[in-house]
Amino acid sequence: MLEVSNLEVSYGSIRALHGVSLKVPEKSIVTLIGANGAGKSSTLRALSGLIKARAGTVVYGGEEITNLAPHKIVARGLCQVPEGRMIFPNLTIDENLRMGAFLRRDAKAIAADMDYAFTIFPRLLERRKQLAGTMSGGEQQMLAIARALLSKPKFLMLDEPSLGIAPLLVKSIFEKIVEINRTTGLTILLVEQNANLALEVSNYAYVLETGKVILEGPSVEVKANPQVQAAYLGI
Amino acid sequence: MEQFAQQLLNGLFLGSIYALIALGYTMVYGVLRFINFAHGDVFMLGAFSGLYLNRWLGPMMAGLHWSISLTVIMLLSMAICAALGILIEFLAYRPLRNRPRLNVLITAIGVSLLIEYTGQHPAVFGATQQSFPALIPANNIALTSNLAVTNTQMIVFVTVIMLLVALRYIVMKTRMGLAMRALSLNPTASALMGVNNSVVISFTFGLGSALAAAGGILYASLYPSVEPFMGIIPGLKAFIAAVLGGIGNIPGAALGGLIIGVTETLVGGYSSVVGLPTGYKDGVAFVILILILLFKPSGLLGKTEREKV
Ligand SMILES: Nc1ncnc2c1ncn2[C@@H]1O[C@H](COP(=O)(O)OP(=O)(O)OP(=O)(O)O)[C@@H](O)[C@H]1O
Ligand SMILES: [Mg+2]
Repeated sequence: MLEVSNLEVSYGSIRALHGVSLKVPEKSIVTLIGANGAGKSSTLRALSGLIKARAGTVVYGGEEITNLAPHKIVARGLCQVPEGRMIFPNLTIDENLRMGAFLRRDAKAIAADMDYAFTIFPRLLERRKQLAGTMSGGEQQMLAIARALLSKPKFLMLDEPSLGIAPLLVKSIFEKIVEINRTTGLTILLVEQNANLALEVSNYAYVLETGKVILEGPSVEVKANPQVQAAYLGI
Repeated sequence: MEQFAQQLLNGLFLGSIYALIALGYTMVYGVLRFINFAHGDVFMLGAFSGLYLNRWLGPMMAGLHWSISLTVIMLLSMAICAALGILIEFLAYRPLRNRPRLNVLITAIGVSLLIEYTGQHPAVFGATQQSFPALIPANNIALTSNLAVTNTQMIVFVTVIMLLVALRYIVMKTRMGLAMRALSLNPTASALMGVNNSVVISFTFGLGSALAAAGGILYASLYPSVEPFMGIIPGLKAFIAAVLGGIGNIPGAALGGLIIGVTETLVGGYSSVVGLPTGYKDGVAFVILILILLFKPSGLLGKTEREKV
């Protein structure tokens, strides 16, 4: 479904990605793990068109989308829950969700999807009229995911959904992600610091180090790799 | 007492015009985080549009009720200035979108000077003052024996209220308004929701410029003479009003406009009592600004929001 070849990204003179290639098949969950500063978020930002790729191509559904404007990429069904959530603090929960559905005009289907989001994250329903900035960090993460779901994505990128969230809640958020993938067939590219969890829920994994893919394979194999166990799983 | 009430009323009418202009500053700041110093000149262009439209269309609308011709001229001027505002952003500011703020700020000052001095050219508006036509027939409405408002003041007030209601509707109830608010909170996030930020920015410039044009016509109806530099002082005061209310905050800009208008008029009316020349009224806006910002650095209704991490 998504194929990235030799993606290169720089910030001024700083090279962040040195030719990253990866594939995400339809309906799968693929994870991208790596240490701080490895280039995980840069990869997602480039896929969403937020930063320009200096070289390389991104092909999605057979079409090249390299360096398209972000709103055009969203219009094709590629959505991202960005690092740091980026919810709109001064808008209500409802308005945040409506922003998620910004490109859609089908009021009935949007209402149905809102109900679906509320069944996954009932906490949001209780606070519909509340300003998003007044919610706890975990609640904001739920909102960020729900907001992305409202755009009816075909391909969802999640950048560290577990960041700053209590372990128990992390587990439940991951269960929801897997549930969404199973029931709707949504393709997911998951970036995580918590490699253990990411390798558990995903089908395939890429390990990124200083802007390069150093290892890839089915998640079970990557998880069993001694090098990965030492560096990322603390075993 | 009645003289005080009269001053207060006059101040409210003037302040409501400042409020209209201030909204443009604050909305543009909201989406781009910079002060569009050419905004006062769009206000001037609005007044001149009114002047010329009346000259050209006036004869055609001779038989119509004044309220209709006023509405036509007002709406056309708003449309013209909306287009000019969008054009200014497109030509002058958009190429600098990812440059340091200071570059854009200095460009805005340049655009402002360019408009003012181009306007001075005899082939454009000319440097001399021109009298603004009475689009609203003069008439005093007596409220009490000593308290009166003019027809023009009433129309100014009613128009401003209608425009504020319309603006509130656009910002709070429409899809474009939602996108404006989202963009001003986080442009990256709004882009990730599929918003074409450039379109929203153009829309914001258009909206702010249309309000400035309405302000220009109303101002020229209250003080019926126009010249290319007429936007500087009202523009500056409206900018202060926007900062006073909390830059980026829409109700704040409206409130700030009223405060500046009322204090300016009161100082103008009473400065002789304390032995100050009335000319000091123009400086008062700055004194209020400094005082309020000393105690409330983010402005009266400004908030410093922080995202939880
Ligand atoms: N805006 C920026 N300007 C300059 N350098 C940047 C910028 N953003 C990221 N970088 C650099 O690019 C490299 C990759 O950063 P990136 O954010 O992609 O890492 P990451 O893998 O997501 O790390 P983390 O796990 O900490 O989120 C880092 O060396 C970082 O310092
Ligand atoms: Mg990151």
